[in-house]
Amino acid sequence: MLSSPATDTQITHGRRLWLYVLVGLILVFLVVPSLIIIPLSFSSSRLLAFPPPGWSLRWYEAFFGSLEWRSATVTSFSAAFLTMILATAIGTLAAYSLRVSQSRLFQAAFIVFLLPMMIPAILIAIGVFLLYAQLGLNNTLLGIVLAHTVMAIPFVVITVAAGLRSYDMNQEMVARSLGASRPWAFLTITLPQIKISVISAALLAFITSLDEVVIALFIAGGDNMTLTKRMFNALRDEIDPTIAAISTLLLLLSAILLATSQFLQKGSGRR
Amino acid sequence: MAAVADYISKAGENAVELKAQARAESLKLASLTLPGLLIIAVIVLVPIAWLFWLSFRSGDAFTFEHYERLLHPSYLSSLQTTFELSFLVTGLCIVLGYPVAYLMTQVRERMAALLMMFVLFPVWTSLLVRCYAWLVLLQRRGIVNNWLLDVGLIDAPLRLMHNFTGTTIGMVHIMLPFMVLPLYASMRAISRDYMKAAANLGASPVQAFWQIFVPLSLPGLAAGIIIVFVLCLGFYVTPALLGGGRVMMWSMQIERNVTYYSDWGAASALGVVLLVMTLAVLWLVGRVIGFDKMLGAK
Amino acid sequence: MGQISLPITIRNVTKAYGGFRALDNVSLDVASGEFLTLLGPSGSGKTTLLNVLAGFIRPDSGKVLFGENDITLTPPHKRDIGMVFQNYALFPHMTVAGNLAYPLKLRRVSRAEIEERVRRALDIVQLSGFEDRHVDQLSGGQKQRVALARAIIFEPRVVLMDEPLSALDKKLREHMQIEVRHLHQRLGMTTVYVTHDQREALTMSDRIAVIDKGRFRQIDKPRDIYERPRSRFIAEFIGESYFLPVTVSGTEAVFGGQKLRLAETPFSTSPSQFLVIRPEKLKIVTTGEDTSGLNLFRGRVKELVYQGETLLISVELPGGEEIGVRQPTSSAAPPPPEAGAEVVVGLAFDDTIIVPDEN
Repeated sequence: MLSSPATDTQITHGRRLWLYVLVGLILVFLVVPSLIIIPLSFSSSRLLAFPPPGWSLRWYEAFFGSLEWRSATVTSFSAAFLTMILATAIGTLAAYSLRVSQSRLFQAAFIVFLLPMMIPAILIAIGVFLLYAQLGLNNTLLGIVLAHTVMAIPFVVITVAAGLRSYDMNQEMVARSLGASRPWAFLTITLPQIKISVISAALLAFITSLDEVVIALFIAGGDNMTLTKRMFNALRDEIDPTIAAISTLLLLLSAILLATSQFLQKGSGRR
Repeated sequence: MAAVADYISKAGENAVELKAQARAESLKLASLTLPGLLIIAVIVLVPIAWLFWLSFRSGDAFTFEHYERLLHPSYLSSLQTTFELSFLVTGLCIVLGYPVAYLMTQVRERMAALLMMFVLFPVWTSLLVRCYAWLVLLQRRGIVNNWLLDVGLIDAPLRLMHNFTGTTIGMVHIMLPFMVLPLYASMRAISRDYMKAAANLGASPVQAFWQIFVPLSLPGLAAGIIIVFVLCLGFYVTPALLGGGRVMMWSMQIERNVTYYSDWGAASALGVVLLVMTLAVLWLVGRVIGFDKMLGAK
Repeated sequence: MGQISLPITIRNVTKAYGGFRALDNVSLDVASGEFLTLLGPSGSGKTTLLNVLAGFIRPDSGKVLFGENDITLTPPHKRDIGMVFQNYALFPHMTVAGNLAYPLKLRRVSRAEIEERVRRALDIVQLSGFEDRHVDQLSGGQKQRVALARAIIFEPRVVLMDEPLSALDKKLREHMQIEVRHLHQRLGMTTVYVTHDQREALTMSDRIAVIDKGRFRQIDKPRDIYERPRSRFIAEFIGESYFLPVTVSGTEAVFGGQKLRLAETPFSTSPSQFLVIRPEKLKIVTTGEDTSGLNLFRGRVKELVYQGETLLISVELPGGEEIGVRQPTSSAAPPPPEAGAEVVVGLAFDDTIIVPDEN
């Protein structure tokens, strides 16, 4: 096995062992730290002992039993859900029109859609805070959704644009020649075929909003505090093991979303 | 003859209508981007313009004083810290990320997909969860120190958290996937035939790697470097949580001026400088590898 | 180039992937300076064999020798052979000169001499002055010539080519076939050339080795492969042919009750074989023509298809079989018969070939 060639140029697996080990270690570095939290969340002790001295669900009870954590969870998920819908709709239409448009001006406009990704989040955060102070949108769900939508749009546009690139736009022309209007052709012919990309983009928008920290720190307070803001404060003040329980639940959610996204993309050969 | 002239003049008339129709079509398409452009303009562009304006104002007067204040040693030292951290993290990401991306191109599709999931996993995990993980691992009474103490390898806990070290480790953990992904994308495009040709022409595997493979992977590397470096420049959460107050980043100065001092002049000046630094880095690397490649890579 | 090129010896080479045998105990001798083409359909194993010669694939068993040296286990970068890849594999981050200089730099040739040899190599492939061009500025044909130049610039004694012309359009391809042939005649290196295009093989080779399903079917000079195919597969793969069933007993072959005079005694004893009819070998016999030396077939003209340089006359035989007669369209040629006409078709004894059926 070790002496069998790993490449066309006849480099053997044995000679590459160091590479396999190195990459293995790096991947462990990437994944394991987050996983350590899982057993910790079931620890009966308040201290961060590993392995835990005993097993208990007290931190999960603390989380579900606390009004503040529950309300923060509701806020975060509501915002994420609404952001997902809004950002996916806006971003998909934008990606579509960019794909179809011939004008050079348009291609330049593409940059605008990438701006929220390129500008440092802290800057956007204080800007939004300033703006919302004038509009009375601070500490409101609407404010959070609008800001998160803007942050999610670049990801949606990139994902859907990539999906459109491998899609044959001629099909819309065929549909129109058969009598469909442009919007109808888009809805009935194009959209179903790029739905994998659109769904992936939606999941990405969802997680972007759910995980968003910096902007939330400024504009998500009072009655509409997000999970991320509460967690951030908790992490800053003292290491409350309840966070371990919350983290484990978030990890589970991430794993499900990631697996879904990868599964969808592999399943149909990337559309 | 009359019929031909008739046709030509008719064609002339239609030309105008056709053009109008084409323009209307184009406008209808453009309107699809309107909601997106609008919301981005309102949420991002307007506030930034406002901040830009505020950075030059004190009361009702135009002034440079906010920018002058930035020359104060405490600000300059946080500028230094910001760049130090950014360079260090970017460098570490190159060293750690290149082998991962390289191996992903060398193994079979299925294995590469599996490795990809490992690389993507942190990206889909909440930032705060990851910061918490490092706090748990590296703090004074954290898992690593406790284990080292128990085993007897050290006498006193190592200072791995709430300092520059802890921040660096946390940042590398966050940034590494952003280095690996563009690198992998560009490495994938390197045809295996190049390596075969190099071997055939007499290059040993090591020579072929450095002389052919690495140069061809540079566009992806450049993209990774930009993304990571620019992200590091403006990053707030990880240094705030893992730095213990000892790692004062530019972004944290901004936050402090808004939250504690409500000094919008200072905060906006800091913000504008950050924006300028970011754009400067983007422009610089764009000059080096070509802007179209850079946007494509993003 | 002065050096004597090496003969290649391939002995009992086998390569299997799971249950699939890409190469099945193949052996071949390529003479020094010979231009040998490996010809076969896709999946036949021709590219696998070429990669074995190049060192990119290790055989499961067998030996490969260049001259006296057993290079079976030698890594590819130590084999010192030239190779032209299907997609050229020109290094995109180097200029033309950079690509050409690369193998010379690895061999520690002096800067001055590299410059000189690059210039000469570009001369040979008729791309003088192209030193500083970038690879993406070149046309397909130019890239192909640079790839050729790079493969020969370090004077290898063996050259391998993997379908190097397949990416070019028809006209350019035909032109390059002749160019490569001239280059080979001038430089005299042992060359193994892989293609699936039989016309290309016929044009360029000293010998053709037809390979199918990992085995050699026939190894012969082009003319012999075309005129004397040894199996139905070869006759079908190379050139156009129609097959008429014949019964064979001893040295006699009978078709449709008619005894045929053959070009040579049958090499197979199988009782049912096929008569290989090449359309250009047939001629419509005009009344009063001397038909000695011809096997004759009666039939009726079904249709005439004008195809530019030839006219295809499809003739239906009494038994229902259809054959085609190719006639040049020159005005000097005899006028073709009309559709529906009864005709007599003649095939020279020397062109009457039979091949066994294979299962």
